[in-house]
Amino acid sequence: MILAGLIFTLLIGGLFAGLLERRFKGIAKWISLLALLFNMGQLIRIWLGYSRNFLIGTNEKMYLVLRKPWIPEFGIEFHLELDGLGLVMVMLTGFLGLLSLLVSWNHVSKKVGFYYFNLLWTLAGIMGVFLAFDLFLFYLFWEVMLVPMYFLISIWGHSNRTYAAYKFFIFTQLGGLLMLLSLLGLYFIQGSESGVYTFDYWKLLETSIGPAQSSWLMFGFIIAFFIKLPVLPFHNWLPDAHAEAPTAGSVILAGLLLKTGAYGLLRFVIPFFPEAAQSFALPAMILGVCGILYGAKLAFAQTDIKRLVAYTSVSHMGFVVIGIFAFNTLAMQGVIMQLVAHGLSTGALFILAGILYERTGTRDLEKLGGLWASVPRMGTAGLILVLASLGLPGLVNFVAEFMILAGTFTASKLIAAIAALGLVGAAIYSLRIMQKVFYGTEKSKTSISDLTFMETIIIAAVVFLLLFLGLYPSPITKTVAPSVQEIISNTEKVKIGEVHQILYEEITLEAANGDH
Amino acid sequence: MNMADLLWIIVAMPFTIFLVLAFLGKKLSANLTAIIAISGTGTSALLTILLGWSFLGSPPENYSLSSHLWEWMNAGGLITSMSLRLDALSLVFIFVITFVGFLILVYSTEFMRNEEGYARFFAYMNLFIGSMLILVLADNLLLLYLGWEGVGLCSYLLIGFWYKDPANGYAARKAFIMTRIGDTALIIGLFLLFTEFGTLNIADILSAAPEKWASGDPTARLAAFLLLGGAVGKSAQLPLQTWLPDAMAGPSPVSALIHAATMVTAGVYLIARTHTIFELAPLAQNAVAIIGATTLLLAGFSALTQRDIKRVLAYSTMSQIGYMFLALGVGAWSAAVFHFMIHAFFKALLFLGAGAIIMVLHHEHNMFKMGGLYKKLPVIFWTFLIASASLAALPVISAGFYSKDLILWETFASASGGTQLWFLGYIGAFITALYTARMVFVTFFGKTKIEPTQRPGLRITLPLVVLALFSFAGGFIELPHTLGHVQVFSGLMQHALPHLEIRDVAESSELVLQIITGLTSLIAVGAAYVLYIRRRSWTDSIRNSTLVIQIHRFWNLGWGFDTAYDTLLVKPIVYLSRINKNDVVDLISLGLSKAMVYFNKLLVYTQNGKIRWYMATIALGAILTLTISILL
Repeated sequence: MILAGLIFTLLIGGLFAGLLERRFKGIAKWISLLALLFNMGQLIRIWLGYSRNFLIGTNEKMYLVLRKPWIPEFGIEFHLELDGLGLVMVMLTGFLGLLSLLVSWNHVSKKVGFYYFNLLWTLAGIMGVFLAFDLFLFYLFWEVMLVPMYFLISIWGHSNRTYAAYKFFIFTQLGGLLMLLSLLGLYFIQGSESGVYTFDYWKLLETSIGPAQSSWLMFGFIIAFFIKLPVLPFHNWLPDAHAEAPTAGSVILAGLLLKTGAYGLLRFVIPFFPEAAQSFALPAMILGVCGILYGAKLAFAQTDIKRLVAYTSVSHMGFVVIGIFAFNTLAMQGVIMQLVAHGLSTGALFILAGILYERTGTRDLEKLGGLWASVPRMGTAGLILVLASLGLPGLVNFVAEFMILAGTFTASKLIAAIAALGLVGAAIYSLRIMQKVFYGTEKSKTSISDLTFMETIIIAAVVFLLLFLGLYPSPITKTVAPSVQEIISNTEKVKIGEVHQILYEEITLEAANGDH
Repeated sequence: MNMADLLWIIVAMPFTIFLVLAFLGKKLSANLTAIIAISGTGTSALLTILLGWSFLGSPPENYSLSSHLWEWMNAGGLITSMSLRLDALSLVFIFVITFVGFLILVYSTEFMRNEEGYARFFAYMNLFIGSMLILVLADNLLLLYLGWEGVGLCSYLLIGFWYKDPANGYAARKAFIMTRIGDTALIIGLFLLFTEFGTLNIADILSAAPEKWASGDPTARLAAFLLLGGAVGKSAQLPLQTWLPDAMAGPSPVSALIHAATMVTAGVYLIARTHTIFELAPLAQNAVAIIGATTLLLAGFSALTQRDIKRVLAYSTMSQIGYMFLALGVGAWSAAVFHFMIHAFFKALLFLGAGAIIMVLHHEHNMFKMGGLYKKLPVIFWTFLIASASLAALPVISAGFYSKDLILWETFASASGGTQLWFLGYIGAFITALYTARMVFVTFFGKTKIEPTQRPGLRITLPLVVLALFSFAGGFIELPHTLGHVQVFSGLMQHALPHLEIRDVAESSELVLQIITGLTSLIAVGAAYVLYIRRRSWTDSIRNSTLVIQIHRFWNLGWGFDTAYDTLLVKPIVYLSRINKNDVVDLISLGLSKAMVYFNKLLVYTQNGKIRWYMATIALGAILTLTISILL
């Protein structure tokens, strides 16, 4: 029940926060904090149990499983599982969720209850996406994270919020629709093959699909995930949504929602369609490389700091794409590191941008400048985050990018070499932020106040993680190693059905004695 | 305590100080900041001397020590660790880094005293020294890369230390981005080496390389060229050299640190460290020599035309590193490292001396507005003179003579060197002596134009004196066999670097060449004396012809590299990003939504509330339907 608890804590917490805020002013944020802290506690407990597994050195797969029949007529179950990959993603969700709550703490003035309701429900949706092992349930959570985010942008966003919210919604919904079609296609093919209609992840994995069908089905998923990630021609919802969302919204968008796209590729596309994905590898990697360079170029041109950071996400997510389609352990480990690294560093950059906007009233780089003298702590924070974004060794972003590129290099030397040029681009746009905001001559006479105690704690927590994982990434690489191994071995096996038959039995055994 | 344990303590000291100053800097008094700032590197320097003593006294097995700290990355076959390794090569480097670095820090405690951000300055300086120590002590290329990038970061922070002036910020970013272009080549080289060898451990790669690659193997060549790309970026060699003159925007001690002990010598270290790969790729190694020879000449000519004393020194650094590259390129490994060490002493001294002069002359950088300082600032004058003698390689009495002569001689004698390369280096030696003498004469002799406001204190002069001692006597640990035959340095180096094969024919000409080069530098000094002291009218008349003015301008601006890069690369990229600020891809979805609105308007037409219109369309529709059904 521990897994369902992770989601329901947030759903119920959100409901209570929304309902009770009218009666008791100011209670919503405390309820939210309680829910998120409770979740974080649970997650740390799970991780400690999990880490014992690899600390001893037994490299067994470990799962937490929850299966309850839900709509048996259609073969739909309430089926959650947690493996290493899921654990890392869920912990990232818990951590960034907490941060996004803390940055909203005193800054929500209208519809307070509804705000926290949406915040928690989005987080619950994201948790669900990372946990669901029933494809119907997955789709449900996919929508649950989308709708509250739409409200977060359209109600609490900046001036151009309505446009941005629509754009975000339409893009994501379009992808979701295609995914639904593919998902149903998979469901019916599997059903007609075996006679048992089910949305179960492991059962659907056994489906044997013809090459033509499988590439059609794959593209339904791929487009949904590429839009989310985002990959080059589908990226243009992102700068609007990121720039117009309130700070917490930007943190969740950049830190978590994008990650669901990468997670989807890793969890569904690669295992379900290993051959089709492999034949799509080169175009996908080319799109990834284009995204890296094009995103960097656009980031360099921006004058709105939030838009700038948004485009850096396009660039950084390009690394994720090439890493996934390089099909080797090193690159895939790097991809997961990159999800964590980008979530932390870009999330924190958006927090910093929000703080700057709140103090100076502008996000225009041309109107900022020379702030170091008055806000050295903010400057230092900005410096470290910017360095993380340009991939300075010692910070976790470097570990991620190095692993991805080194892994990609073994798959395609040229792609990796061109992608490495993104490192130069990253240096150019990142240092521009420092120059425009903190260095140079002071543009405005009004002095602003430095980071408050709470803000310092928030940023310091992120910086600590960036540095710690940058120098000692093992807690993550070891946690996800079995999951990555499994994804990779899937792609190497031609007859995937047999392999999962065995795995499936193991898991049901685990489920019997593993769930508590 | 184990000797190897000293390694990580030496590295950890500057980092600890960095953290202390970064966190507590604001709360400490200036005096306390100063004491803390120098203590870390001071301790490291002492420990290095201790370590070096026992290393030389009772050499460890294989002439190397290692210290494993923790595993860094371990995924998908990539295993790298935080491990340090000391051998003769890195011993020389850490000695220079900690010792010269310490002297520069001592100097800075006085020099930077009245600057805003005193603690911040020393925090960055300590981080700089720490990163450089990691670079030279790393046992694998990934950790080396960490130090490598750390050095780049610190140069960015320190060049832009006076951040209020946007020009300094520009220079800082230029340094970081130019070197990062090289770094990207280096990291691709790392990918290549990892793919080939499955490890990034330097010793493992170097021992496996000769088995895997025959001499001239294309992959070895590619790897060597990629490493070279990294080296030319950090060491400011052609074609990535343009950041160095602008790096003068930082405070003078920073220049001393960048040019002498850290940063620019990183490329020399990298090539020396991975010498096996270069030996397997003769083409790449030749390229190293040619790049070195070209850079030393181009930079020498540019130095000859500078008026800013720090820019003279900047170009001279480029040129001297060019000598080291030349030596590396012809396989004179030990000579390159020897020149690195001597150069570190005298170049640090020159920058510190120039900084002190600039400080007491109201921040005047132009040499031609100085003059007559030899009486006013005796300590600075004499120490500066010793360092200049070393830079000009005055025969017998200067350390620079022994190191540069060794390079020239071995370039001539090496199988992969030869007369042409020697000749380029020889011309360079003449020019070096010429611009050095010009700098000394113009700055210290002639009429006094600006009165010094103060005399520098002990914390400035003491480091100068110590460095002067080393700039003078440092050469005596390696004397040619025509002149004493001392081989302390190369004796040490032979445990880390291969010995140079000398052509048979060359042996007899050593003394002749030494006399030629020695005389040449004396002649150059004489020429400068005539041109800048005795007959200033001659210089003026030479400078009046238009051709000379144009060449002068061209050299002064560093052979037009900046302009070329600016027009060919920077401007087009900036222009392209500016016109596409709003992202053309967005037009697709905008177009889609526009199309929707348009169709909506069209359809709205049909719903206009006019009964006649509705009747007509119903009739038309009915007729159409009937027609179609009849026809089909």
